[in-house]
Amino acid sequence: MTSGVLNLVVKRLGIALVTLLIVLFAVFFATSMLPGDTASILLGQAATPEAVAGLREAMHLNDPAILRFLRWLLGLLHGDLGTSYANNMPVAALIGGRLVNTMKLAAITTLLSVPLALTLGITAAMLRGSLYDRAVTVVSIGVISVPEFMVATLAVLLFAVYLKWLPALSSVNEAHSLTDVVRIYAMPVITLTFVISAQMVRMTRAAVIETLSTPYAEMALLKGASRGRMVLKHALPNALGPIVNAVALSLSYLVGGVIIVETIFNYPGIAKLMVDAVATRDLPLIQSCAMIFCLGYLLLITAADIVAIMSNPRLR
Amino acid sequence: MTMARGAASRRSLLGHSYNLVGVVASLVILAWTLVAIFAPYIIPHPIGDIVDDDYFGPMRQGLWLGSDYLGRDMLSRVLIGARYTVGISLAAVCIACFSGVVLGMVAAVTGGWFDTCLSRFLDAMNSIPSKLFGLVVVAAVGSSIPVLILTLAVIYIPGAYRFARALAVNINTMDFMTVARVRGESTAYLIGSEILPNIIRPVLADFGLRFVFIVLLLSGLSFLGLGLQPPLADWGALVRENIGGLPFAAPAVIVPSLAIASLTISVNLLIDNLPQKIRDRDT
Repeated sequence: MTSGVLNLVVKRLGIALVTLLIVLFAVFFATSMLPGDTASILLGQAATPEAVAGLREAMHLNDPAILRFLRWLLGLLHGDLGTSYANNMPVAALIGGRLVNTMKLAAITTLLSVPLALTLGITAAMLRGSLYDRAVTVVSIGVISVPEFMVATLAVLLFAVYLKWLPALSSVNEAHSLTDVVRIYAMPVITLTFVISAQMVRMTRAAVIETLSTPYAEMALLKGASRGRMVLKHALPNALGPIVNAVALSLSYLVGGVIIVETIFNYPGIAKLMVDAVATRDLPLIQSCAMIFCLGYLLLITAADIVAIMSNPRLR
Repeated sequence: MTMARGAASRRSLLGHSYNLVGVVASLVILAWTLVAIFAPYIIPHPIGDIVDDDYFGPMRQGLWLGSDYLGRDMLSRVLIGARYTVGISLAAVCIACFSGVVLGMVAAVTGGWFDTCLSRFLDAMNSIPSKLFGLVVVAAVGSSIPVLILTLAVIYIPGAYRFARALAVNINTMDFMTVARVRGESTAYLIGSEILPNIIRPVLADFGLRFVFIVLLLSGLSFLGLGLQPPLADWGALVRENIGGLPFAAPAVIVPSLAIASLTISVNLLIDNLPQKIRDRDT
């Protein structure tokens, strides 16, 4: 790797860092725009003006917004996420276990959807124009065109209502045996896998088709290599960069998907926590959850960009 | 995006050749538009009236789409729901595409620090997951129809900007642009009379795609209970209201989902089946 690539990568990481700061500021700013005074909301209508003023002082609400933002940022660096308004617990304690649950869901989905989508995408590209290719394309366009909750609803209808194989709701606490675990994770994972895979299949298919139409792929066929050998030995290594890029980009759809899926299946993850926090207007909790999601999303799209930079031979 | 092209029969219409899938898709879109406009005059029952003794009633004569979780007529509620889903999304996509495209063209024509700053800022905006942005805004300012429209528009401005700017930058290097500049034309003339006519077709196709994204996001937010608030209900909110009917496979939960799907899939198919020279992004 030469300094040119290194430069680009460092530059991309710098942009990601600046973006993260902007996003953090936007989240902080949006949540502090809440109409009404936080202190009087917390204390309720019966509070005396002195009590409200005292709480404002204690919560540093009288300070300018930029000062509060910097203080919040400093707290984040120390791992202090603040205290939840709704139940007066440290936000870090509320988030901890939930984050693990969401990570588990995301990890299982990734393990399932990546091999599935790559197989479908590559084979569809190889058999371009065939009935199989058309079927894969139609189904993936269909899944992309409908909201995530509809995929979830259809999955519930099919697997829980008609086939009666799986329960419609998840409850992680009841996991005692392996079959329990499978039954709990099945519905959310199936839904997310559908949503993520559809994107990945389309992008993979496009990437492979582009490589297959290059002169060197044709050359490999002309010199007598079999079609399978041409795809595996000549085309795929060159399509690897775009494919990894597509995988990382598709995985960033997990962020949106997980919000819907955790809500519909009542899965005790961080997205459910955040939706509940929005309902109760629990600002510190919303800020921290939003930050975690943005961080995950930024990591994935930055990774996608860096892979794209590294895999471009012209920059080497 | 090569679906069904070639398989369907070609026909000539308004000078362009459209295929069957494209025609069917545009008919579906037209139908939903008409429903959205005339809904109050064609609903069989007032949307708030309880007309069924049973909740989650099945489809039958008089109640063609069954009844919802309170025993209200589902057909009327879906028809009125079209107003909100189509209306809010259309308003949002118009604002998003208008601002995005104008800003993109101005940035491409003027260049310099204006272009750099705006591009950096909008790229940063683009790095916020859309659902998350919606959640935070709703948490901060609540969800009324104007807030929803503005939020959805703001979320999709960066995408429209990026797309239009990329197209306009290509046009900007053409000779006729240099000639116009030498003539001393104003920026407004440059973007309105020289650039816009050359990028309008791909921009319109992008408008359609962005409309689909907005319909999906609006439905998602409403489904989470953060979009339109009761007693108003768009299609996403109708699914949320009636989610209790899922175990009985009630039409009340299935029909609004199908309505969303029919609209978004139709728009996608229409764009996929547009004649190459309209759809092509490299014009």
